[in-house]
Amino acid sequence: MRNVLTIARRELGGYFATPVATVFIVIFLVLQGTLTFNVGGFFDRSQADLLPFFNFLPWVFLLLVPAITMRLWAEERRLGTIELLLTLPVTQWQAVLGKFLAAWAFCAIALLLTFPFVITVNLLGNPDNGVIAAGYLGGLLVAGAFLAVGAALSALTKNQVIAFVLAVAVCFVFAVAAYPIVTDYLSQSTPVLASIARRVGVIERFGDFVRGVITLPDMIYFASFIAFWLFVNTLVLDARKAA
Amino acid sequence: MDGDALIQIDGLTKRFGSFTAVDHVSFDVDRGEVLGFLGPNGAGKSTTMRMLAGFMPPTSGTARICGHDVQTDSVAARRMLGFLPEGAPTYPDMTVVAFLRFCARIRGYAGYGIDDRVECAVDLTRLEDVLLQPIETLSKGFKRRVGLAQALLHDPPVLVLDEPTDGLDPNQKHEVRALIDQMAPHKAIVISTHLLEEVEAICTRAIIIAAGRVIADETPDELRARHPSGRLDEVFRALTLPEEERDAA
Repeated sequence: MRNVLTIARRELGGYFATPVATVFIVIFLVLQGTLTFNVGGFFDRSQADLLPFFNFLPWVFLLLVPAITMRLWAEERRLGTIELLLTLPVTQWQAVLGKFLAAWAFCAIALLLTFPFVITVNLLGNPDNGVIAAGYLGGLLVAGAFLAVGAALSALTKNQVIAFVLAVAVCFVFAVAAYPIVTDYLSQSTPVLASIARRVGVIERFGDFVRGVITLPDMIYFASFIAFWLFVNTLVLDARKAA
Repeated sequence: MDGDALIQIDGLTKRFGSFTAVDHVSFDVDRGEVLGFLGPNGAGKSTTMRMLAGFMPPTSGTARICGHDVQTDSVAARRMLGFLPEGAPTYPDMTVVAFLRFCARIRGYAGYGIDDRVECAVDLTRLEDVLLQPIETLSKGFKRRVGLAQALLHDPPVLVLDEPTDGLDPNQKHEVRALIDQMAPHKAIVISTHLLEEVEAICTRAIIIAAGRVIADETPDELRARHPSGRLDEVFRALTLPEEERDAA
């Protein structure tokens, strides 16, 4: 665990040593603000909740999270530092987990900086803050899920553009998997896939959290989703680290 | 074969598809030896060193560091190893001191132990003046010394250095050689190089590798004696060039 934290600390420091952190956080906040207040009709709805905020959150993550993960392994490969990192006395699991935790902590920081939304809605009315907290937890789990996908795909290539596009595409598939338009189509052609798709849709799961419902199946879903993709990450790394 | 050699390589082979990069390479390195690893570009030097460092899995064969197999017992093997990868990669955004402290922490040091090891490595590689600079702003020579400092940090019994003096000016080359010389009695050291004078200056033994095979494994003096001119570059050419090209040259 010590090694995991050492790697995570170095990684997280790396975000703030470059403009990456500032640019990401500013764009994230501007995007969330615009979408919530203008497109989402936060004020027109006259309801004391953060539904417009949470409705857009997964889509903003879908666009921005791959921008974080694309450099995760691709950059190490390009700089050759992957050879340094993986010949230090750490296991691959520790390296994968350390990098993931750093990226996740970074997303958590960005998410925490949206606190003015919470203050705003509390000043204007009496929202159910428990529901809002559940929404934030769900948002963090969505970010974790997308991060795990993006990190695994980043290990495939030294080209960051490829890593980004692949991550957006795969995250999109998992985001919309449980949408009726997808499951209806699948249930006509291959019913087995339809029932799977209904279970793996990220946004449907997130919807439970936004309604203030935290269930064990949802927690297990996100935990196993993240663990699965981290496992894929180590496999990809093992197979392609020297390529 | 000597059972307690610090580095034991046995039948190491690496194939990429149908191309054989390293072909049944075997050798041992004992404490006190400085092994010069020579060969034309693409001969398999870096590939062999990567396998020895446990970074690249071999197609067949084994490598052991202080008795630990680099594949099956890799973390224990890597604890005993200081490795300078090809091109001396480091994290460009970090300052020299932050980078070295990271390496020390991951090597298991804590508290004053970190300060102690970093100070020692900085001292050996003469990095005092650039400690707080981001590595990306440093000259090529300094970058290489940062890579070297990272490899020496934990005072490992085994050092594997891929072209440690590449890109250094003559004075810096001299310093690095003096450093290797000074450490030599206590360690098993493998360095790869294109500089034959380096082999004569610091190596107790030289291996020439071409097309993935070991074609010579002897002391620099014995190697020199192979050619009437007594010069290493002539011997190197004679061993690594095909017959017809050699005549043209």
